[in-house]
Amino acid sequence: MSEQQSYEPGKHPDLPPPPNMVGAIGWIRENLLGSTTNIVITIVTIYLLYTILPPMINWLFINAVFEGASRDECRAVMAEAGAQGACWAFIGQRFQLFVYGFYPEPERWRVNLSFILMLAALIPILFDNVPYRKWGLRFSMIAPIVICWLLIGGLGLVSVPTDKFGGFMLTLTIGVTGIVGSLPIGIVLALGRQSHLPAVRLVCVAFIEFIRGVPLITLLFVASTMLNYFLPPGTSFDLLLRVLIMVTLFASAYIAEVVRGGLQALPKGQTEAADAMGLKYWQSMRLIILPQALKISIPGIVNTFIGLYKDTTLVIIIGLLDPLGVGRASLADTKWQGLSTEVYVFVALFFFVSCISMARYSLYLENKLHTGHKR
Amino acid sequence: MSTTEADLNTQNSPAADLKISDEVTIQIKNMHKWYGSFHVLKNINLEVNRGERIVICGPSGSGKSTMIRCINRLEEHQQGHIIVDDVELTNDLKNIDAIRREVGMVFQHFNLFPHLTVLENCTLAPIWVKQVPKKKAEETAMKYLQRVKIPEQAGKYPGQLSGGQQQRVAIARSLCMNPRIMLFDEPTSALDPEMIKEVLDVMIELAKEGMTMLCVTHEMGFAKTVANRVIFMDGGEIIEENEPHEFFDNPQHERTQLFLSQILEH
Repeated sequence: MSEQQSYEPGKHPDLPPPPNMVGAIGWIRENLLGSTTNIVITIVTIYLLYTILPPMINWLFINAVFEGASRDECRAVMAEAGAQGACWAFIGQRFQLFVYGFYPEPERWRVNLSFILMLAALIPILFDNVPYRKWGLRFSMIAPIVICWLLIGGLGLVSVPTDKFGGFMLTLTIGVTGIVGSLPIGIVLALGRQSHLPAVRLVCVAFIEFIRGVPLITLLFVASTMLNYFLPPGTSFDLLLRVLIMVTLFASAYIAEVVRGGLQALPKGQTEAADAMGLKYWQSMRLIILPQALKISIPGIVNTFIGLYKDTTLVIIIGLLDPLGVGRASLADTKWQGLSTEVYVFVALFFFVSCISMARYSLYLENKLHTGHKR
Repeated sequence: MSTTEADLNTQNSPAADLKISDEVTIQIKNMHKWYGSFHVLKNINLEVNRGERIVICGPSGSGKSTMIRCINRLEEHQQGHIIVDDVELTNDLKNIDAIRREVGMVFQHFNLFPHLTVLENCTLAPIWVKQVPKKKAEETAMKYLQRVKIPEQAGKYPGQLSGGQQQRVAIARSLCMNPRIMLFDEPTSALDPEMIKEVLDVMIELAKEGMTMLCVTHEMGFAKTVANRVIFMDGGEIIEENEPHEFFDNPQHERTQLFLSQILEH
């Protein structure tokens, strides 16, 4: 050890941290070998990865068969190689069905175009540093109408009945509609629940508690069957539309409670300061309260969205053909029997990619909106 | 507190030098307020002339904050009248809005908006409440940030500033609305001793410019230097009011004497 250098009081300079605190070595020391517990966990994790990863990669990629017309062909290839693997040929064969359901083949470009339009509409909403954002947002406002027209048809396009919707496009239709619709409704419900007007408060509380108190499956059943009894005879409205409404309302009740949590986390001084400056109720909500409350609520909101997105698979119960429904139908094919692992791994992958994107975006947003000191 | 007091006393700004007009700007008549069944404010009567600088002190729970919060309707009073610049505070939202445009408020915990920059904090109300064009609002904001001596922090977020800086931003934010009356609710109580002075200096400047001020504070040095009237409250009542020298040197009421002896003797 070198002698500690001494400085005059008040003259001590900022010194660099000791070398084992920074860089890769510092990171490994800190995060992997920081304590005895850490060392044990690191060793166990390495062992688990060692036992799980190689067979998984073998099954998924190395021994997998990507081409073939039936399960038997897959088997033959694997027998030749003497190894077990996934039969992705099956998924390849059914890929169109997984993506489009029974959407008529010549019209599938409309689904593709809708998907591109959706992405284009999302970009200006999700990121505020894109060029021409103002125009982008205007586009985002009209995109849903265009997409709706593209998917359903009419006005010059061949109309496609919604019972032809299926697969991932159905998941996206329900999921995105639910997400886009439930956020504003949920916010209004959350504000209504805190209203000074007893009637408004009562309606909001009743709605939230009713929707939360009933399982989504029940609501979907109500949507598919019971609604016919309540509506005047002769009115029929589309099953998919009913599902969209139910899913949106269901999610909005949850969003309302998440947002309420955010509203309550704000110090009362924020409203008071806004009031004292003469801002009107809606101004203070829009400019002061909601931006902060929503920021606090981001993890909960995204949590609800992810739950909603995965819950879209429940529509299988009322006969809509979501990816799991497509998978089940495909498995009934005698040529491909017994390949359920492939189907479910594939569907799981699709959901995983969608959900992890939402989760990562939420982290990005939290970071971007952070305005205090960073440690 | 002693250092601040000494500093303030060295500034030669006897309160008597400042002009006070005869025009009554705030009038509180027989005002009562209850929280549920708890009678917080009892028969408050107070008249404030334009240009007056009033310091309100008293033990915690005495209703001093509640009283000044009634003046801009952050708290509702149940009986009596509050009239600000000839507008009476009623449930009429129009009156409330009119009064809030005239009355600025500074809070103990600053209550800056953490998601907006310092400049945005200052321009928000002028833009949305007074429909001032953004550019003009920013010019005004910079002028007031200059006056509270932190123009260089305009682009930062409140979370990146010290307490004293935040409170000065809060004062600038209020001034941007061009208020005729300023309410201060314990503006230095949440600050470290080193930062109290920078905030008080700004408030003294304001007083010199003739701003009507009502200030709840325990900074007795500030009261002596700046106030032309000191009000002592206890148990929801105004116990005593007097000009500062009389108030400190010759308190009339026993409760006031006890209070003063407790806050000055340490």
